[in-house]
Amino acid sequence: MLWIAVALAMTLSGHGGVETTTPSAQAVKAPKKERLVEAEKPPFTEGIFPCSQCHNLKVNGKVNPTRRELQFHDEIQSDFHHDSENRWCLDCHDANKRDVLHLTSGAEVPFTESYKLCGQCHGDKYRDWKRGVHGKRIGQWNGEKTYFLCVNCHNPHSPRFKPLKPLPPPIRPSEMKR
Amino acid sequence: MNPETPCNNSGGCGSGSVDPGRRDVLKFLAVGATMATGAACDLEGFFRKSFRELSPADVRRMVTSWERKYSRKYGKAVTVSETGPMAGVKFGYGLDLSRCVGCRRCVYACVEENNQSRKEPQIQWIRVLEMDKAHGIDINHSDVYYDSAEVPRPGKFYMPVQCQQCDDPPCVKTCPVGATWKEKDGIVVVDYDWCIGCRCCMSACPYGARHFNWAEPNLPAQEMNPKTHVLGNRPRPKGVVEKCTFCIQRTREGLYPACVEICPVGARKFGNLLDPESEIRQAMDTKRVFILKEELATHPSFFYFYAT
Repeated sequence: MLWIAVALAMTLSGHGGVETTTPSAQAVKAPKKERLVEAEKPPFTEGIFPCSQCHNLKVNGKVNPTRRELQFHDEIQSDFHHDSENRWCLDCHDANKRDVLHLTSGAEVPFTESYKLCGQCHGDKYRDWKRGVHGKRIGQWNGEKTYFLCVNCHNPHSPRFKPLKPLPPPIRPSEMKR
Repeated sequence: MNPETPCNNSGGCGSGSVDPGRRDVLKFLAVGATMATGAACDLEGFFRKSFRELSPADVRRMVTSWERKYSRKYGKAVTVSETGPMAGVKFGYGLDLSRCVGCRRCVYACVEENNQSRKEPQIQWIRVLEMDKAHGIDINHSDVYYDSAEVPRPGKFYMPVQCQQCDDPPCVKTCPVGATWKEKDGIVVVDYDWCIGCRCCMSACPYGARHFNWAEPNLPAQEMNPKTHVLGNRPRPKGVVEKCTFCIQRTREGLYPACVEICPVGARKFGNLLDPESEIRQAMDTKRVFILKEELATHPSFFYFYAT
């Protein structure tokens, strides 16, 4: 599910979305124009979005901004490992506009740009990601490449990678048939 | 063969030019040997010049003949590309040792992309070494046969090793027949029809990156990747050496290698070393870089780095 690489055509300005320059004097063929394409963000859990269908101020009244254990969202709460001692839902999710996220400044961030939120704390990773050093890109090394968003690989509520089952080891020479 | 063998036609003898008489005898002997053993010997491949001496027309002719042969053998439309290096491109590879988890996805993606023999002999161009964090990079005490339920294992780290595409490649220097060489874009390639299977290159390579087809490669037709390159993943005969080519059939068309595409943790970076904006250059310019067996002065185009 994490590796959905369908392209939303979006060219990034500023970082990396520039034409490559080839310093070599022997260059004859003009290099292809590089184009960065954002991977489609992973889908929400079915039926969970828009959040405002349940979190509705008109229905529920005033928002309780106190950090506490909730009586709902059990799945997320039981697997919440993202500085869980200090953080809770409303540090990232906006209390008043439920269908967006917010930065520490209070500025709203849509779910499609959640990397801005991640970059607040993980500035080194954010910089590396923009350069193409952190994270993953697929497609063409000299042309159109699709880059993955933070949430394509990391579960925002539990970002550490889960262990994987390795594929089989090579056959030892002693086990090979003649 | 005695170089003083008299020739059967006038002129050209002893002048260093091609001696048609010798050629005929060789052909006659080879045909006899083929008939005697009953082996399906590729005469055209056997008698052609070395790849680098072929004219573009010769290459095209051979490519067409291979395409026909492979398509018949594997029952699908096989293409054999002859795409040459791009101007102004020198390939470089980066592998982030602080990210790799040792899952071996790259090993098998490579096998499938590059038509390696699946078993008997089993050939894998990438080997993943498991090492102790406490000891750091210590090849002599590494384990390629680790088989745990989950990776990464506590206290361990992983280092995939494949052809380092050296700028001063010992394998090329040692080949007695010139069947392996370095291309302008940095890829070290093998001419499978010119290789005599002496395996000198394998003993010369300090990275264990070259592999030998001890038997007829075992490549199931339905798993055969029909998009091939002359100097890359086209099917190999028995008795020749093969190695990683940075997925020459992909990278010369602008695509990332298969191992980069599959890596689930984004540990693999690939690009043009001459382009300062490329991912590989960005990694090399901003991170701590490690070169495997740097003391041997092989000058790899493959760079390990630590992003954290």
